[in-house]
Amino acid sequence: MLGLGLLVWAHYAGLVHEETSEFMMGDVGRILYAHVPTAWNGLLTYLVAFIAAVGALATSKKGWDALVEASVEVGVLLNVLLLIQGSLWAKPTWGVWWDWDPRLTTSAIMVVAFGVVLALRQSIQEPGRRLTISSVATIVAFINVPIVYMSVKWWRTLHQDFSTPETVDATLKLPLRVAAFGMLFIGIFFVVARWRIAMRRLSREMDAPELPDAPKPLTVEA
Amino acid sequence: MNDTEAKKRRWYLVGAIAVASSALGIIAFGNIGENLVYFWDPSQVVAAGDKSIGATIRLGGVVETGTVDWNPDANELEFIVTDGSETVEVHCSGAPPQMFREGIGVVVEGTMTKSGIFKSDRLMVKHSNEYKAPSEGESVEELYKTVEKL
Repeated sequence: MLGLGLLVWAHYAGLVHEETSEFMMGDVGRILYAHVPTAWNGLLTYLVAFIAAVGALATSKKGWDALVEASVEVGVLLNVLLLIQGSLWAKPTWGVWWDWDPRLTTSAIMVVAFGVVLALRQSIQEPGRRLTISSVATIVAFINVPIVYMSVKWWRTLHQDFSTPETVDATLKLPLRVAAFGMLFIGIFFVVARWRIAMRRLSREMDAPELPDAPKPLTVEA
Repeated sequence: MNDTEAKKRRWYLVGAIAVASSALGIIAFGNIGENLVYFWDPSQVVAAGDKSIGATIRLGGVVETGTVDWNPDANELEFIVTDGSETVEVHCSGAPPQMFREGIGVVVEGTMTKSGIFKSDRLMVKHSNEYKAPSEGESVEELYKTVEKL
């Protein structure tokens, strides 16, 4: 899994040397190869979190619960990267670091909402309650994900419409796709690794005896 | 985890899905965009007439070809924004972003004055979702030069 990630990473880095700059933006436009795959995979990771939350509430299985934890965390990571990349791209092209247009505003709400899910998971001690509350919060936070995606269609924005195969030149399309799959594999690797950690922690929690009963009195022996 | 807890949890699932889908439905089909817009186009600003004067608004459109006047000494940029049917004259302070040129989309934040000129101190370039590789003999530096000459 790690090997796969590294392999794809090499493809990814190789792109920087290709003649694939953007004609109006020049080298600045190359951030497209990072920004767009980050967005796609970020939203995809949140979709995984939504499915996991539904699974967790329906089955009460700790496997789903661990997947909620893993995918929300990786989703927030990609979301933060997305906002940073977008900001770095916006300054030289749009002329501003940030503006409250619908796409940018909804993306900011998205990172806060899923950040709240992580905070909830941290703060709730009791495993059953944590599963219920964080899964419900994940489902509610997820409504924003299709809104983020469709915001450029539904409303007037500063952000450009989403890229489709028709709007991206052939020479730019291949590296964009390779980068997207690279991000996908790295994303999967992160989610799986994080899921394993969460599984171990949850198992230890479940196996642990009920706390108030645990310490046996030492003075019983007569 | 016991059975009653698991059963209760399923009701939470139904509730969460119901809340989420109705909220999404309202936003998607509730025409929020009709009352809440990120920017006005020139037609809307012209139609609003005197009502648009004074308030801070955003105006969005395309920079009309042949109307750009950049005065580097005064740090003043003048151009006309069009949406195809109506136009608004814009006076901007500050240097334009590198991608600013004739025929590109812009969003300007500022106020409409009584003289019918839109005064702005925040100019943003709205580029398209079309990404093209540079064609033979065409370098980005050349394109930037044409902007600087303005």
